Amino acid sequence: MTGGPVVRPYGDSTGDGMVQLSFTLPVPHDKRAEGAALQLAAKMGVDPATLVHARQIGDRFTFFVVYGRVNHLVDLSTVRVVERDFPLLSPKEINALIRRRLRRKLSVVGACIGTDAHTVGIDAILNVKGFAGEKGLEYYRELAVTNLGAQVSVPDLVAAARAARADAVLVSQVVTQRDAHLHNVREMSAAFREAMPADRRPLLVVGGPRFDETMAEELGVDRIFGRGTTPREVASYLVHRLVGSAAPGGDAAAARARVAG
Amino acid sequence: MSQGWSPVSAGDGGSPGGKLGLDPALVRRARELARRAGEPVVELARSHTTVSVERAVLRLAGVSGADPDGIPWVNRLVDAVVADVGLAHGAALPVFDAMVREFGPPSGWSSDPGAAVTLLAQKAAAGSVRFRMPTGRAARSARAAARRAVGAGLRRIDRRRAERERLVRRYGDPPHRPWIYLIVATGDIYEDIPQAQAAARAGADVIAVIRSTGQSLLDYVPEGATREGFAGTYATQENFRLMRAALDEVSRELGRYVRLTNYASGLCMPEMAVLAGLERLDMMLNDSMYGILFRDINPIRTFVDQRFSRQVHARAGIIINTGEDNYLTTADAVADAHTVTVSQLLNEYFAHEAGLADWQLGLGHAFEIDPDLPESFRLELAHALLARELFPDAPLKWMPPTRYMTGDVFRGNLLDGFFNLAGVLTGQGILLVGMMTEAVATPWLSDRDIALQNVRYVMRAAGGLHEDFVPAPGGFIQRRAHTVLGEAVSLLERIVDQGLLTAIAEGTFGIMRRPADGGRGLDGVVARADGYYNPATELLEAQMAGARTGGGQS
Repeated sequence: MTGGPVVRPYGDSTGDGMVQLSFTLPVPHDKRAEGAALQLAAKMGVDPATLVHARQIGDRFTFFVVYGRVNHLVDLSTVRVVERDFPLLSPKEINALIRRRLRRKLSVVGACIGTDAHTVGIDAILNVKGFAGEKGLEYYRELAVTNLGAQVSVPDLVAAARAARADAVLVSQVVTQRDAHLHNVREMSAAFREAMPADRRPLLVVGGPRFDETMAEELGVDRIFGRGTTPREVASYLVHRLVGSAAPGGDAAAARARVAG
Repeated sequence: MSQGWSPVSAGDGGSPGGKLGLDPALVRRARELARRAGEPVVELARSHTTVSVERAVLRLAGVSGADPDGIPWVNRLVDAVVADVGLAHGAALPVFDAMVREFGPPSGWSSDPGAAVTLLAQKAAAGSVRFRMPTGRAARSARAAARRAVGAGLRRIDRRRAERERLVRRYGDPPHRPWIYLIVATGDIYEDIPQAQAAARAGADVIAVIRSTGQSLLDYVPEGATREGFAGTYATQENFRLMRAALDEVSRELGRYVRLTNYASGLCMPEMAVLAGLERLDMMLNDSMYGILFRDINPIRTFVDQRFSRQVHARAGIIINTGEDNYLTTADAVADAHTVTVSQLLNEYFAHEAGLADWQLGLGHAFEIDPDLPESFRLELAHALLARELFPDAPLKWMPPTRYMTGDVFRGNLLDGFFNLAGVLTGQGILLVGMMTEAVATPWLSDRDIALQNVRYVMRAAGGLHEDFVPAPGGFIQRRAHTVLGEAVSLLERIVDQGLLTAIAEGTFGIMRRPADGGRGLDGVVARADGYYNPATELLEAQMAGARTGGGQS
């Protein structure tokens, strides 16, 4: 499998390598600015490059559109495709899977624990309003969401999870002073281990902008989500772990994230 | 700004059915039903108070600043009152009774009641003041002192309103409709300011500073200039002041009064309204149901807070923006189009009841129909024109597509062009500029520039097209508008039958089910006792009863 097919961009004929590119430079529009734009394009491998549009924005910026031939090649045999460890599903698919396989609502309890009053993370994931254009978990008809809000003590969280028969517990931590987020999460996972046998313990999911996603095991939780995680990713993960993974509609393509190797 | 906002109704000689041939009797019935649906909720608002209403009253009296942990003194003060005597009689009486006991008769401190009442808050936080319910003469003098201090706060708001009117006269309103509304959202007020000024120079008539995610759920208003927010900048009095000053500077430079918008919605609606009035903001997002549906704030808390905040907006001359566009991001924009109409009618009723005039009603709606649906643009036109004709004197707020923006920026720019066209064709008042990079990133400098070019092209090429745009009698657009209005009336009938709170509990709007005894902030709601006293409400309602201008329906 060496020397697989080699591809380059397609403009209007095979192998022409044509791309379009737009960007803004922090300079007013003049000859030198246009030269700078072409030089940038050349450094990006666009050669020859044609400047097709330049327009000044305000008094300090210029927007450019460049067309040209890119001299880079991609050897398809060297492309590495990393499987996401859970498929990303649509809300409809998530609801359908829960309805079909679980035959009851999937119960999710969320909270900010310790003294952390920053509910922004947990609200972005749980509130209908959501985050990044995606609705929060409350929007999913087959999820029963209990959002305990801020400054919830660990014993209260365990009690609430028990009362709601939680399938999953979501904890968000923003404040990281003196590693408070790590300390709080360790305390939380230990409390759940102590309070419930392993097979009855809810899935423990932690989120926050400063967590290292690889630390889940060390902190005793099932999963850590970092900055920029969207509600759909969390919902997809919950379904994958609690209900079963295969997407209903032969949606395997959606389960892949491509990364050039 | 007292003239109608609708070029549509102006152009057709005021024929009763307008461009859509709406049945005036059905329109009257829709308003009547909205009134009947809303009245019990207003009754609820009249018979309750909330921690945020009481804090707003004390902010009007001059409490300002925060403790070293950033908790506002006004929160510490109200918490202390709650602990000693509760809020059923309002905070004004126990607080001003304590003022007289601590600092002597008002003549000694009335030159700067704000400083004195802030000092009292600090003492209360330290536990060195106890509160009681005064009776007899003590009650009378507490009441008089409270009324005087709160009256001074309202006069500060009046002065800011007069200042706006003066600046608008000097610099003028935008020469075109709709007004162009742009958003900044860096999280850092000192980064927002140059961006807002650049946006104004590029053609924005209204600048909105997006708030940090989740601020609507804080039960206090943060203090000071802030440089770190999540996808937006905290709304604080100091941030309001800084941004208004920056836009005054650019208004002077451009010879055009640039308006500033922020958000009232959330747990602190009444306080936000006071701060917006004090800092001369020009528009505030203030929806009657947004907090309930999208932030799970308790319905009663929301309606009580909403009424007070709108009374303050009315006084401050602020234009409210309602949030119907949000429904269409969860519900289907065709099947549930009538829920937007119903919500607009309810927002209008609640707004009029609180003393807002038609020119202050930026009723919301949005271009959110699936573009793959056949005739989607004609449906959009029908819905947009229906709103225009139902509310001819309101500056409708027209919101761009978000739901079907995919990251294909080329298609996105085309959709935004159709959105802009629908806006000028149907005479919308305030147009929130759509970004082709919606769903990709917070707008880049170049995205905003391209978006404004899009708006300018459409306004220049087709700005007067509304004159020629007369839907065919009995045609698709007219029929669709009639259907939506008919569905809205049926839904209103159901809401009147079961009660608005039950309808909300059952998920009538934007799909969410929100029971009246659930949601956040319920513990901050208190039933008013006999003898409840709120000098702000007293003064605001006295003024409303005196001069109700433009509040009646045609």
